[in-house]
Amino acid sequence: MSELRPITALGADAPRRDTIGTVTITEVDDRAIASVASRAGKGKAFEKAAKTLFGIAPPQPGRWDGGADYALIWTGPDQWFAEAPLATHEDIATLIKAGLGDTASVTEQTGGWCAFELSGGAVGAVMERLVPVDAARMQAGHATRSFAEHMGVIVICREAGRRFTLMAPRSFAGSLHHALGAVARSVA
Amino acid sequence: MLIPHPLLGPRDAQEFTYLGDASLIDRPDWQGEDAAAAFHDYLYQRDNPAGLHRELWFHEQGDRSWLVVTRNTLTHEIMGAELARDVARARGRGK
Repeated sequence: MSELRPITALGADAPRRDTIGTVTITEVDDRAIASVASRAGKGKAFEKAAKTLFGIAPPQPGRWDGGADYALIWTGPDQWFAEAPLATHEDIATLIKAGLGDTASVTEQTGGWCAFELSGGAVGAVMERLVPVDAARMQAGHATRSFAEHMGVIVICREAGRRFTLMAPRSFAGSLHHALGAVARSVA
Repeated sequence: MLIPHPLLGPRDAQEFTYLGDASLIDRPDWQGEDAAAAFHDYLYQRDNPAGLHRELWFHEQGDRSWLVVTRNTLTHEIMGAELARDVARARGRGK
């Protein structure tokens, strides 16, 4: 058997972290992700099962919410992304499917996405140059899908004006990281 | 241009792609006796009034829902947007 070692979305051994001016860009590599879609006609049963499994109600459009292990991000009508720590939930899709049964369709997404956290005082200025959503009005608990430099991204507000997470398809990791750095330098 | 998304509020038009007239929802029955004529009209016959249009827009760089957007081609005003699935269900489509 070959000697295999895991690498981050940017291809390194450890997550990348850059501080440019007052903005810190941190690669997030410790989250397991699965998409969860409630099945047609099973809405009520899904909500009940989801509350039991995740400890929170599935968030409304444009919102995310976090429970003890899982966070849920609204990604579309009747569809959410579920996030959990990779260390304890590496088989996240199997775990969720076991909890939701036939009320939902669950798809593994962990290897499909990259994520970067932006934090610091100038994050508002970075966001307004980066995405066409009104990030200045986003509060903690808001999340939406949009795009940055032609790449589809999920924008998650952790702390209004100061801390955001951007998720993009994993193969865009290098391009998104470049875009984030370029914008951060332009406002530094 | 901003499109008033029924779930997410005003969103930049760059996030959307355009498909065509909202009458595309009313796809004819392919097994009907007049299917050939119905599909000819469905594909090729389209009114193009100066004024109100109802169109299908796809929130591709967003929540990926289809919308029926009502807009005025004379004034560029957007009167409203509905989820296309709600429109289709109201016309008896789907379950």
